[in-house]
Amino acid sequence: MEKLLGSLAGTVIAGFVLTVVVAVILHAIH
Amino acid sequence: MELSDFNWWSQFIRWGHIISGIMWIGHLWYFNFTQTPTMPKIPTELRPAVVRFILPEALFWFRWGAMFTLGFGLILAYMNGYLIDAIKLGIGAPSPHTKTTAIGIGMWLGTIMWFNVWFIIMPNQNKVMGVTPATPDEVNAARRTAGLASRVNTMLSIPMLYCMVFAAHYY
Repeated sequence: MEKLLGSLAGTVIAGFVLTVVVAVILHAIH
Repeated sequence: MELSDFNWWSQFIRWGHIISGIMWIGHLWYFNFTQTPTMPKIPTELRPAVVRFILPEALFWFRWGAMFTLGFGLILAYMNGYLIDAIKLGIGAPSPHTKTTAIGIGMWLGTIMWFNVWFIIMPNQNKVMGVTPATPDEVNAARRTAGLASRVNTMLSIPMLYCMVFAAHYY
């Protein structure tokens, strides 16, 4: 986790991945 | 439109929520996209200018932006009648709705971020800025902890904003 967030690019990519996870959850429950 | 009109006040609170949110997330992204990556490139003798003058000012607007965003957001959710259902992510709500789940996830992410600002980032930044007395080792540890919490918030801000926009514009 610390290694991933140690880089700005890793932070942004992790943010986008989390967004996709949330989007899939919202789509699944709709 | 009457001044006592509910929708007028609701819209006013929403505007306050968004304007405070821009103040907060704008500063968060300034720290993570601009200030922190630039610090190593700044000559050592010039760095105190950032830490002693720019950082305290930016942290002031940052932490109060966070506080007002949370406050206006909670008032708005209460006024719109979905506060409790959203906290429960829409689970067990009388009329379950994807929007309630979306705003609920966004609210939880935002609340975690607000907690990080006030109870992790600020106490550690106060050590870095010398507001709270600390040994050099403690200052280094505090810088690392505050930086990591700030990166966590930057990561969470991306899905948080997705949820907020999703809930507002789904239909």
